[in-house]
Amino acid sequence: MTTTSDTYNFDPTAPADSRRSGGITGWASRYVDERTGISYVVREFGRKIFPDHWSFMLGEVALYSFVVILITGTFLTFFFQASMAEVTYDGSYGPLKGLEMSAAMQSTLHISFEIRGGLLIRQVHHWAALLFVASTMLHMLRIFFTGAFRKPRELNWVIGFVLWILAMAEGFTGYSLPDDLLSGNGLRIIAGMVEGIPFIGSWILWLLFGGEFPGTAIVGRLYTLHILLLPAAVLAFIALHLVFVVTHKHTQYAGPGRTNENVIGVPVLPVFAAKAGGFFFVVFGLLMLMGAFFTINPIWVYGPYDPSPVSAGTQPDWYIGFADGALRLMPGWLGGPGGVPMEFVLFNTTYSLNILIPIVVLGLFIVAVMLYPFLEAWVTGDKREHHIADRPRNMPSRTAIGAAGVAFYTVLFFGASSDLIATHFKVSIESMITILQFMLVLGPVLAFFVTKRICLALQKKDRQIVLHGTESGRIVRLPGGEYIEVHEPVDEYERWKLVAFNDYEPLMLRPNAAGRIPVTERARAAISRLFFEDRIEPVTSTELEVARHH
Amino acid sequence: MANDTNLPGHDGPSDSLVPVSTADPGTAVERSDALRNPGLPPHRLRVTDTDPKKAKTAERVIVALFYVSLVGSIFAMAAYFAFPIKPNDLGSVRLNNVFVGIGLSFALLAIGVAAIHWSKVLMDDHEGIDIRHPVKGDPKTQARAVEIFRQADRESGFNRRVLIRNGMIAAFAALPFPAIFLFRDLGPSAGTPAEAFSHTMWKAGTRLTKDPTGDPIRASDVTIGSVFHVIPEGLNDTEDVLEEKGKAAVLLMRLEPGDLHVSPEKRTWNYDGIVAYSKICTHVGCPVALYEQETHHLLCPCHQSQFDITREAAVIFGPAVRPLPQLPITVDSEGYLVARSDFHEPVGPSFWERRGDYNV
Amino acid sequence: MNDEMKPRRRKHGRRSPLASVALVLTGLLMTGGAYALFTAATPASASVDLTSTQTIQEGKKLFAANCATCHGLNLAGSDSGPSLIGVGAAAVDFQVGTGRMPLAKDAAQAPDKPPVFNDTQVKQLAGYVASISPGPGIPAASNLTLTGDATKGAELFRINCAMCHNVAGAGGALTEGKYAPNLMETSPSHIYEAMLTGPQNMPVFNDDNITPQEKQDIITALKTQSKSETVGGFALGSLGPVAEGLFIWIFGLGAVVAFTVWLTAKAN
Repeated sequence: MTTTSDTYNFDPTAPADSRRSGGITGWASRYVDERTGISYVVREFGRKIFPDHWSFMLGEVALYSFVVILITGTFLTFFFQASMAEVTYDGSYGPLKGLEMSAAMQSTLHISFEIRGGLLIRQVHHWAALLFVASTMLHMLRIFFTGAFRKPRELNWVIGFVLWILAMAEGFTGYSLPDDLLSGNGLRIIAGMVEGIPFIGSWILWLLFGGEFPGTAIVGRLYTLHILLLPAAVLAFIALHLVFVVTHKHTQYAGPGRTNENVIGVPVLPVFAAKAGGFFFVVFGLLMLMGAFFTINPIWVYGPYDPSPVSAGTQPDWYIGFADGALRLMPGWLGGPGGVPMEFVLFNTTYSLNILIPIVVLGLFIVAVMLYPFLEAWVTGDKREHHIADRPRNMPSRTAIGAAGVAFYTVLFFGASSDLIATHFKVSIESMITILQFMLVLGPVLAFFVTKRICLALQKKDRQIVLHGTESGRIVRLPGGEYIEVHEPVDEYERWKLVAFNDYEPLMLRPNAAGRIPVTERARAAISRLFFEDRIEPVTSTELEVARHH
Repeated sequence: MANDTNLPGHDGPSDSLVPVSTADPGTAVERSDALRNPGLPPHRLRVTDTDPKKAKTAERVIVALFYVSLVGSIFAMAAYFAFPIKPNDLGSVRLNNVFVGIGLSFALLAIGVAAIHWSKVLMDDHEGIDIRHPVKGDPKTQARAVEIFRQADRESGFNRRVLIRNGMIAAFAALPFPAIFLFRDLGPSAGTPAEAFSHTMWKAGTRLTKDPTGDPIRASDVTIGSVFHVIPEGLNDTEDVLEEKGKAAVLLMRLEPGDLHVSPEKRTWNYDGIVAYSKICTHVGCPVALYEQETHHLLCPCHQSQFDITREAAVIFGPAVRPLPQLPITVDSEGYLVARSDFHEPVGPSFWERRGDYNV
Repeated sequence: MNDEMKPRRRKHGRRSPLASVALVLTGLLMTGGAYALFTAATPASASVDLTSTQTIQEGKKLFAANCATCHGLNLAGSDSGPSLIGVGAAAVDFQVGTGRMPLAKDAAQAPDKPPVFNDTQVKQLAGYVASISPGPGIPAASNLTLTGDATKGAELFRINCAMCHNVAGAGGALTEGKYAPNLMETSPSHIYEAMLTGPQNMPVFNDDNITPQEKQDIITALKTQSKSETVGGFALGSLGPVAEGLFIWIFGLGAVVAFTVWLTAKAN
């Protein structure tokens, strides 16, 4: 799979040379090689170079938390019963004794209270799931803000995007399995949303739950998705993701000696393997600490699912929060009760805009995340390969768009905890929701302009440093009596980091062969202006010369 | 120690090597007087490279860490036995969780820290360099790939024998549909969802009983300011308790009769200020149960929709649009509260087949 | 963050990060042990005869000085405070005993605060108000023994109380700045009185709705729960997934990112 090369350069003399040496290791590697031809892989990838930067490790955090999820999840499957059959609880937890509950809930309690280390593994599993999605998103943000999605990596961005969606799906299906009150109400909300879909909503719900909500089928069905279909898909996409990472070779930040044509860093064997391998144990260890010291999802407090009770502060796990927030921030009546209803009946069918608008807005947001690399490529028209990751400030408009997206997502996320914010900051939930509704519209706009200004200011500062050096804080009196602060010039290595970036100018509209300007080109030019009208150019050698003689 | 590790392609910008990509730069600005890449800075030695004592210390630390991990693993196993889980003793669960967890954390973290420390201070740290090649295949390979496709086309007649090709496409297109049909039996074979959503187990004469005990409620039990969580009588004996409860759960409150604004057609639906409303939110179905006895507002804890009980549960805030359906009630000969009928409209969230002519 | 930009000082080798890691781990081990062995204490209460003339006389004085301005000398209430006719000793014990009354300032609702009066004074006030117009009394100690059926109580709590107070009793938001308070530290008698009297916006749960035995079950469940919910470690305020999400972003990812910085920083 990874050996994409078209020729197989087997050198029959090479293993012969080493035949006599190597002791047991040598013997073992020869034994394997003569049966698999693995030495080719080792030769190609054993000394492959990986650049060293903390932000390049975030994807690994996601990968490792997924591995932890697989390990702990396998343990849990040995004890968990994905059945909604009614049983009577008779375990260690007093306040639930004698209560009717589903076998799923009972077996989860059994794991927590009767299996030694069971609670630990369950908590590690859940913490790892939260970390999996969180690190996936942090990784995506790193990729986005450094432009590491540009050609040739656009498709890998899409693969990573699919992994993000799959990670959320994994999380949600797992969250619902214990059949407790909290997750049950979460499912109730999903069922209610599904019900609101035009034409097919009620039928989808009917099929999903095997009849009316909650039915007796859903836990078993989610379990199949959770432990079979979704993990298989995640694994497949991770494999694909990594194949592309190897094919493309990792990006690196601009720096002395680093060009678009090379990769500078540490070799896989031994340094990177030791670091990355060690890092797996660190991530696992940290998750184990969390599992040992911090309660997560205490289902025994929530109790078994029952459609009648509900808890204050009913929220989904954080990564679904943005969807819940969208539902909360959507007003049922535009302009307050008595205004325009967001649900109405037309020709004896009901249109639930209060459900549909959040679904559509979230859908558009997610699709925009997926398509951004293609939009930027279209606007710049840049068909070159890019292997040098940008500093976020050097692409102000992209960074500003990213900040706007983060603001939008964050407002939705906080929307899902509006009641908790309200009680903790002593505001009323009504004003909290109104504030967040305004923030949802204004926040991204504000974030866009502020971020763009900050980026441009930072770029200007970089230019100053390159041209006039850094402020040393040393004040010197000149012979003429004038006081000046001495500026220390930056050395050429530092300087290179500050000037090595791409810049683009706005698209100039030119008529095509038919003498016309197509609409698409007009649109492209408009977006291009928005992107690149305000720009700071990198310092050139000519400018540097002028500054020096000044 | 100067740039001895530098290979071609690393001592300057893209001019000394064939660039990875010579494609169209779009609107990117390319300058002839751009500054040049200064090449790799001189390699800096670590203290462990220059001072053998430091190297020795580092080695000891790493060894020690691996042994810490070993101790951690043993500790975890010892904790497994030393802190057993005793039946009905939650404290023992807590001790087991904490101590097994600490042992395993040490075992894992120490391995990780040791391996990373080893790689950082003792393994060779000279920068390695890989040369990049364009991702696309070289022209010869590309040409060969195209040729293979052409040849396959020629040999199979894929584009020539149009009837075969189209027949094949049609066959493939039809294939997924049987699979979709198979999914129909995920749901029950009888009835339609809209039908099921439109009725609950309330009917004329069904007593209102307390959730979860099922004890009937007398009108006189419901004092002003009280709220009762109600299920229909006999619910706990039905086959599908949760499904029925999910539709039939009701909230019962008593207000001063003068506080209620009752529309003419619902004049008989309350009993002396006692009103019963569906507990299932008309937004997405959470139980709306937060009743404020002074303001007479009902709040849904999931999405903050608010309903005004004095005005027949009309929405006053939040994402819900419709009022909560009201259950018409009265008392029977023994003074117990009973339903006059089922709800006059489907309870819970809206769905496509929901009509506009209920309630009349 | 680039390694070349860092000052090249730190001559004393590179033992510090490892030492600190070891220190942190040892610290965690010790806190873990100490924490695991920690157990909660149990409260106690005083007894005053509510019907004695002396109690009522003392209560009358206190009432005239501290309460009559708003509630009126004859308990009939005024524009600034509701009538207290028929509220009974339970309501007084709850409102004054939790510090909600006397009201400090106008707010969406009266918050609990350190009580102004001591236990005896609270009982004297309660005795006085009950002597003018009878109402629900302070629950007998036999009703607060915490020996009820925790399973029944927990179920009743989920159905009748959790929607406002949260399943763990952590409290929650109501409309227009009001809130349902946290119940974890509330004494059994105050919980009982609150159910009986329905203070402020809380509905009344009279003895026909939730019987005295069921009230005791609820309190038993609540107290059992607040003791046992720490089985898995620190409860993060029992606020559910939001607290867990913030924890993973701030502390989980924070720790992981700190490690990535250490991992990729060039050694001295």
